[in-house]
Formats: sequence, structure tokens, C-alpha cells
Amino acid sequence: MSGDIHALSGAYVVDAVDDFERAQFERHLAGCDDCRLEVASLREAAGLLADTVAHPAPDALRADVLSSIEMVRPLPPLLAGVQDRARAHRRRVPTLLAAAAALVVMGGVGATVWHPWEQPVTDLSASSLESAPDTQVMTEKLPGGGTITLTRSESLNSAFVTTSNMPRLQNGKTYQLWSIHDGVPVSAGLFDGDASKVIVEADPGLAQAIAITIEPLPKGDDAPVEAPTSDFVVASFDFTEV
Amino acid sequence: MSQAKRVPPGTSPVGVPAAPAAERLADLLRRSAKGDQVAFAELYDATQARVFGLAVRVVRDPAQAEEVTQEAFLEVWRTAGRFDSDKGSALSWLMTICHRKSVDRVRSAESSTRRDTTYHQQNHTIDIDSTADAAQVSMEAQRVRKAMGSLTDVQREALELAYFGGYTHTEVAGILSIPVGTAKTRIRDGLIRLRDKMGVGS
Repeated sequence: MSGDIHALSGAYVVDAVDDFERAQFERHLAGCDDCRLEVASLREAAGLLADTVAHPAPDALRADVLSSIEMVRPLPPLLAGVQDRARAHRRRVPTLLAAAAALVVMGGVGATVWHPWEQPVTDLSASSLESAPDTQVMTEKLPGGGTITLTRSESLNSAFVTTSNMPRLQNGKTYQLWSIHDGVPVSAGLFDGDASKVIVEADPGLAQAIAITIEPLPKGDDAPVEAPTSDFVVASFDFTEV
Repeated sequence: MSQAKRVPPGTSPVGVPAAPAAERLADLLRRSAKGDQVAFAELYDATQARVFGLAVRVVRDPAQAEEVTQEAFLEVWRTAGRFDSDKGSALSWLMTICHRKSVDRVRSAESSTRRDTTYHQQNHTIDIDSTADAAQVSMEAQRVRKAMGSLTDVQREALELAYFGGYTHTEVAGILSIPVGTAKTRIRDGLIRLRDKMGVGS
């Protein structure tokens, strides 16, 4: 990823970006009128490319499409004001969810259905981790905004991450943590956007590195993916260099 | 943003409707948003060849392209109310949805069987013409081809790998053995030249 986010407008318009770049660029778009205008005009151009490969769809598809829409209700329009407010406030939602989750866990009553892999660290282990003699705190700033801080203790074999200002991912995607053992990534937890003290699983004290990628969000009770699905790494913390 | 000025009226001789008048498509979308299935059927008829043709070009497998086409039109129906004619034409809004669905499909199919870059390095020739044999070519398409001919070879190559190949700009850089920043720039410069030649989006 290179520094100048404006230059990504063309790649963004033709979907030649990965999930993380898309999230970053969309955040940039929200505050950059020049880029919004450029994207709109380049979209007009890109849409024309399809003219050169036009090919009639099979006749049967028409009936399939027209019958499928009968079961789907069109969404109401977004009012401009609502859109702006949504843009301004959407970052709060994950934070509130995380806070609610923390309360559930600290209450101790194992209350209901918080997925185990989203379990934030309890106050007790957080404070012991923060005060352990060998605790390392490492921070990585992402090129387009967003900060990830890893707090880790080898002696306690535990770690948590706290993030802020992370690019918001599209629906169906999640940030996923990996503990790297002998070059093999082992799934170590999920978080969505801004996370506070999310525990890193899979023996983070023994891992040679911890990495963060963007992965499909598991549906229902499915487990997270067991291996990264792409080569793109949002951030990584390498302990062998320290 | 101005509408309709680039659109020649009527239907081309070879059967694919010439670019449908932008205002008419926008109107069909607005009516679809209110649940008007007749309007939506008309919108389908006016755009299906572009949507299906693009899906085939990107995902290559016709059966999957049909699924992508159906998904795209379902999304168009569901989100028609979010279309805003102040921000762009109906056709570009619709093609954006279709392209995104196509690219998502081809990438998710490949995340299970990692893309073999070496193979693509040897076989990345862009054969628009082989599909164009079958494609019915509208007059608009000829104008677009001509405009594409005004791009430099390296701009056109990068843009086509991204748009029709479904590759990210980073992958395009890898395929062409050029720096990442260069691929990004060529894609953008190519689009800008295409836009200016076609006189759209101003």
C-alpha cells in the first residue's frame, strides 16, 4: 500500500482494491469532495467498458430474475441528513457493543450467547497483564489511519489488542487475529472495528509473531476460518526482531 | 451531473439496444424503488446484455455468470431507492453493482484454490475480441473501443486486467512486473483518458 490515498481512486472504481484498501478509501471519500467527484466521473467511464462485451443473457434468466424479486422488498431511500449522521456516528456502535460484552463477561454469569472468540479480557487478567514484569506494549499505525496496540506478556502467555480509528469493514467481513507458531498461523480471535482489550488466543506468549488479517465473518455458530484466505496482512507484530 | 447527452437514441442494427437514454433508465429505477415490477422488467430488458456480458467476461463460467447476473439484479431491485441521479447515471450505478458482484465471485472462488500467478503471467493476453465475436456489438461499443484505442498500451493493459480480469492493482503490478504505485496510476490515468474521450461524467 502506498502513501497517496487519492491515487487509489481509479483502482477503487474498478474494484481493484482489497477489502482493507476499500474500507480506507471509503473513509477518505467521506471527507474529500475532490475524490468523490473524481470517483463519480470515473464510474461513468468504467461503466462504458461493459458495452464492449455485451452479450444477451439466456432467455430463461429473465423469468428467474423477475420471479425472484417478488420475494424481496425494496429498501426505502436514505435521506441525505440520515446518511450524514450515520457517517458521523457509525463508529460508536462497535464500541458500545464491546462495552456491553465486557459487562456480560465481568458479571460472570456466563450470560447467554456471546461468542467465545469475541470474549474480551476480564479486568483481572487485563490488569495483571499490564503489570507483569515482562509486558511488552507495541503499537502499529496503519498507513491510511487506524492504530493497533498489542500488550503481551511471555511469562503469563497472554496478550490483548486494543484498536482505535480502524477502517470499517463491509458486512460479512471481520478482523481476525493470528498467533504465528513456527510459521503457521493459528486463529486467535476476531474483532470488529474498534476493539478494547480483545484477548489474543492460541498461546500468544509462545508465538513468534501475531498478525491481523481481514476474513469472512463466520455465520451463525460456524467457527472462524482456520487459515488466512488471502495474503493481505493488515498489521503484524514480530517478536523475533525485538 | 449532466445526463443523456452522450447517448445516441434508438437501437443499433445488431440487436443490442444502444445505450438506453439515461433519463429513461433513471426513471425506471425510481419506479422500481416503489415496487413497480413492470418498470423493473423494462430495466432488465434494457440492461441485461451489458450485465450478463460483463459477468461472463469476468467470471468466465456462463453458469456462474447467470448466478451473478441474478444476484446483481436482485441487488438493483432491493437498493433502487438508494440510487441518486445527482451522483451519477443509472447505468453506471447498475454496472458498478454488477462489476462488484462479478469480482466478488471470482475472488471468492479463488480464495479456496489460491490464484496461480505464474500461470497468469504466461497467459494474461487480453482477448476481448474472442468474446466480442459472440457479443453483439452496439455502436456505443465501437465508440468505447475507439476511445480505449487512445489509451497508451500500458494504460489499457492495466485497466483491462483490473476491470475484466478482476485483479487488484497489487496483483496487476505483480502480473506486469511493475511497481505497485505504477499499476495504480496507470489504471487511474487510463480511466481519466477514457472518460475525457467519451465526454462523460463532467
